[in-house]
Amino acid sequence: MADIKKLESIASQVRRDIIRQVYLCQSGHPGGSLGNADLLVALYFEVMKHDPSFNMKAEGEDVFLLSNGHISPVFYSVLAHAGYFPVAELATFRQINSRVQGHPTTHEGLPGIRISSGSLGQGPSVACGMAMAKRMNGDDRTVFVLTGDGEQQEGQIWEAALFAPHNKLENLVLIIDDNGQQIDGPTEEVLRLGSFEDKYKAFGWDVMHMDGNNMAETVKVLKEAQAKRNGKPTCIVMKTAMGKGVDFMEGTHHWHGKAPSEEQTKVALAQLEETLGDFPA
Amino acid sequence: MLSLNKLQSTGKKATRDGFGAGLKAAGDKHDNVIMLTADLRGSMKSEDFINTYPDRFIQCGISEANMMGVAAGLATAGKIPMTTTFANFSTGRVYDQIRQSIAYSDKNVKICASHAGLTLGEDGATHQILEDIGMMRMLPGMTVINPCDYNQTKAAVQAIAEHHGPVYLRFGRPGWPIFIPEDQEFVIGKALHLNEGSDVSIFATGHLVWHAVEAARQLEAEGISVDLINIHTIKPLDEAAVIASAKKTGAVVSCEEHNKYGGLGSAIAECLSKNHPTFQEYVATDDTFGESGTANELLDKYGLGIKDVVAAAKRAIAKK
Repeated sequence: MADIKKLESIASQVRRDIIRQVYLCQSGHPGGSLGNADLLVALYFEVMKHDPSFNMKAEGEDVFLLSNGHISPVFYSVLAHAGYFPVAELATFRQINSRVQGHPTTHEGLPGIRISSGSLGQGPSVACGMAMAKRMNGDDRTVFVLTGDGEQQEGQIWEAALFAPHNKLENLVLIIDDNGQQIDGPTEEVLRLGSFEDKYKAFGWDVMHMDGNNMAETVKVLKEAQAKRNGKPTCIVMKTAMGKGVDFMEGTHHWHGKAPSEEQTKVALAQLEETLGDFPA
Repeated sequence: MLSLNKLQSTGKKATRDGFGAGLKAAGDKHDNVIMLTADLRGSMKSEDFINTYPDRFIQCGISEANMMGVAAGLATAGKIPMTTTFANFSTGRVYDQIRQSIAYSDKNVKICASHAGLTLGEDGATHQILEDIGMMRMLPGMTVINPCDYNQTKAAVQAIAEHHGPVYLRFGRPGWPIFIPEDQEFVIGKALHLNEGSDVSIFATGHLVWHAVEAARQLEAEGISVDLINIHTIKPLDEAAVIASAKKTGAVVSCEEHNKYGGLGSAIAECLSKNHPTFQEYVATDDTFGESGTANELLDKYGLGIKDVVAAAKRAIAKK
């Protein structure tokens, strides 16, 4: 039985790390990172079987791939607290000579990263390849991949959306962060996406829903998707609030890619309990 | 040691047939070699591999961007994926997927590209990519190989399966003379000396190597001694071989089925300008798109014929 309170307390620290990483270098993407803190904590601290000593091939392990690489602060914080690399390294985010690059990359050898991402729309294809390799190898673990909702505007997404059900990739779980926001404004105004459920069902996927800012529900739905083997890939349409956990950042695209000032950082951190100790600045 | 009299055509086959034969051989040796295609299995001459190893063949449909990502995912899990489609759809169409998911992600993916250049023929300029070597050469960490005949292509496929890292392997459509000995060793990054000479250096890659061989015979008959070097690996370039030949002859010609910008000629000029500046003539397309026609009609019209190599050699010598 998952200890939801413990997972929530880890997520609180992850949110502090997000604000502090972005504040320190005055650059990065806090909004989507805050919104996805609960998801990544659920995956890495409860749902996935994974080994922080890090083996690129992930034999016998579940895999998470981040396609919307700009929410790197949440990914880095979760990987560090999960034991992939020292938490202190978060202080080097986006700074010169760091492994903790603006967008995640394998190129600097940061443990936990399996694919570079940032140019959008590519993660689901890579996840299809990993899911196929697992099947070829008789490895029944699951491949999770996260995309933004705005990212679903990329054409390559729909190539992968055809490929996965055609190849019966039942060990693949695509999560869409349905926060309704992208850089230039609400997705409804920028380029309407319509119903993800209708689209993915029409393409041959199973579709599930969850509130990605409700830890108990997130854990429950992820575990169901992980266990499911019925010949179909799974798409989870995940509702989140961009900026979740910091009142003045919540539900708006204005904090998609903007760093808070010193005063705003103080206000934000006052709303987020320090549970595991802040990384040294 | 090879020389012009040993380089005789023993018949014609397409370099893409060499790819199919090499893929089967690589697949026999390595059970993690996987072939992917984007609705062009027939054009890739790989039925032998597909029929022998149906579980190691992935049909992606007309979705090249997705194919590159799937290949990156397979490589992450330790497979040796070989993507196959035409050169245009292998490069320009999917440059960003190759850049981010393969090259920047350090993935062991082999991008195997047929129907490169003008010799694709009748389909015309939409399909005749003449910029691919340049694009792939600019990607950090990418190895770029353009073999010249059936035998060399077959050997190259087996060599890239043994090599760890992303590779762009470029080959073509038409039947083409087979002249490289079947047992000739293929070493990635090592130029193949085809003839020893002293008056002019001819560096050639891909289909144009045969034209360079035929041109060298004509030049030798006129008393001009040709140092003929096959640069099958354009990146990393065998700089030592290029510099040594240029020092010996003082006149250089580059021959390729590619735009004069960004390809073999550029690679040689970059190397020589900082090591041993030498006058260079280019046998390459003149910053233009192609058009419909037969392979040989197009090579002649766009200045890539045997006579063009002969003329370029004489111009290079005249500048000494």
